[in-house]
Amino acid sequence: MELAMQKEKARLLRADIVKMLYHAKSGHPGGSLSMLEMLMAIYYNTAKVDPKNPKWEDRDRIVLSKGHSCPAQYAILADLGYFPREDLWTLRKMHSHLQGHPDSTKTPGIDVNSGSLGQGVSVAGGLAMAAKYQNKDYKVYAIIGDGEMQEGQVWEAAESAAKFKLDNLIVMLDHNGLQIDGSNDQVMPVGDPCAKYAAFGFETFKVDGHDIEAIVEAINAPVSGKPKFICCETVKGKGISFMENQVGWHGKAPNKEQYEQAMKELGVEIDE
Amino acid sequence: MSESKSLRIAYGEALRDLGAKNDKIVVCDADLAAATMTHIFGDEYPERFFDFGIAEANMVSAAAGMAHGGLIPFVSTFALFGTGRAYEQIRNSIAYVKANVKIACSHSGLCVGEDGGSHQSIEDIALMRVLPNMTIFVPCDAREVEKAAAAAVEINGPVYLRVARPVCPIYTNEDTPFIPGKANVMREGTDVAIFANGLMIGKALEAADMLAEKGISAAVVNFHTVKPLDEETVLEYAGKVKAIVTAEEHSVIGGLNSAVCEVLAGKSSVKYDRVGIEDRFGQSGTPDELFEEYGLTAENIVNKMMALLK
Repeated sequence: MELAMQKEKARLLRADIVKMLYHAKSGHPGGSLSMLEMLMAIYYNTAKVDPKNPKWEDRDRIVLSKGHSCPAQYAILADLGYFPREDLWTLRKMHSHLQGHPDSTKTPGIDVNSGSLGQGVSVAGGLAMAAKYQNKDYKVYAIIGDGEMQEGQVWEAAESAAKFKLDNLIVMLDHNGLQIDGSNDQVMPVGDPCAKYAAFGFETFKVDGHDIEAIVEAINAPVSGKPKFICCETVKGKGISFMENQVGWHGKAPNKEQYEQAMKELGVEIDE
Repeated sequence: MSESKSLRIAYGEALRDLGAKNDKIVVCDADLAAATMTHIFGDEYPERFFDFGIAEANMVSAAAGMAHGGLIPFVSTFALFGTGRAYEQIRNSIAYVKANVKIACSHSGLCVGEDGGSHQSIEDIALMRVLPNMTIFVPCDAREVEKAAAAAVEINGPVYLRVARPVCPIYTNEDTPFIPGKANVMREGTDVAIFANGLMIGKALEAADMLAEKGISAAVVNFHTVKPLDEETVLEYAGKVKAIVTAEEHSVIGGLNSAVCEVLAGKSSVKYDRVGIEDRFGQSGTPDELFEEYGLTAENIVNKMMALLK
């Protein structure tokens, strides 16, 4: 897809995310909207995946360590044809394959179950080690949140990614600055993410997390023998005026009025 | 039964031999390879031996990633850290999605001895048993460790393999079957039955000898698989003997005793008692002293059985 068209695509995907959460009556809009372009940079530009063959052995693996933001990933998977778009409106409902947090046993296109924070990035490291040991050239993407960086396991994973020279692992941070109880600085300051990851032995990059082209460039930048870390500066709730930079929109669904307002802002007609 | 061998050395050698046949087998440790004996595998196959340092949570989740990538990882450390420190990683990264990871932990129970209560895992089986999709093996001797490790490879899903620390006599022979979920009758008996596993098999056999001297015929049944438990064998003995005593080197809460009680409740009125660690932490001492202090003895099994028969 042409980069110019991806802006338009982002608008439609944001509408799908809001609609999913409205129908689910629960979920996490803030972080889903903040990392949308990060996932789009991967799925529409750099990832080697095949929606017709979700279990293809040599595919790149995309691990959403901040699993609560899965509505964004589900919207993209549906757009790419992993499953019918109608499924999106079953999010978080009984017997839906779209669970509240990603479940690799249920959803086509989900490589790793995640959402218990800190674990996904370790699992991603293990996948990257499996690729190296088996001489496979797939890449592993791990998307983490800034609140998640407070988990000690994230740093255990960073140590081992450097030790095992996982230059096939790309850790991407959705740095929107907010978490459930407030800003990162109020809850538990995470400091300078690039400096921390550099100290752990990563090659680090910092980009505007809503600039797909800039993210793609960072993903494609060559590294040798080192894992890569991309700090994506983002806006929580991006694209919906009343959700942007609002702590309260971490984990709550829009009501009817808010839903209609959001769709109006996105310029998308309500179709059901 | 004159032969003796360390269970953990048997584990390290089993890994090495299984690794020779299957290059998908990889081994992870957390700076305890010299104690868990995974170094025996690592020395032979350095390219597929990964030391994660003292960071069990990451090791356990990374092993899930390796399994998702098509490998068969064995993850080893002390039982307390493997199942305790990394519990939620085992739950969510592994058991929740049936990841093909084998969690094989040594230094379980009281036999870590002098290190004291902080390092004695009396609850590992309980923790693993409440996880859906988990299979649990508690082998009784070096030979059974080998068979359990091989059986773990054949299972496509998570397995917890409890490897005791000490050198102990070999009770089983080459031909003794090891069928996951199927208990082994080590000695037939008609009056009473002792259900045991792991290091308590030796004590159970000794207790059966002592009971025989009193004219009581005691069966000894080895429940090497705690989950799935062989319910059929539990109920079969409950239906034909006068009394059953379980014996395990673990808390009486959550392990073999609990598993057997869950089967018997509402289905049997057989007289029943248990030998195990009675809801208290361990402490420093030699393994023999600790087994004595916590009642993990043949005498205690016999006394409980005699009390039931009164």
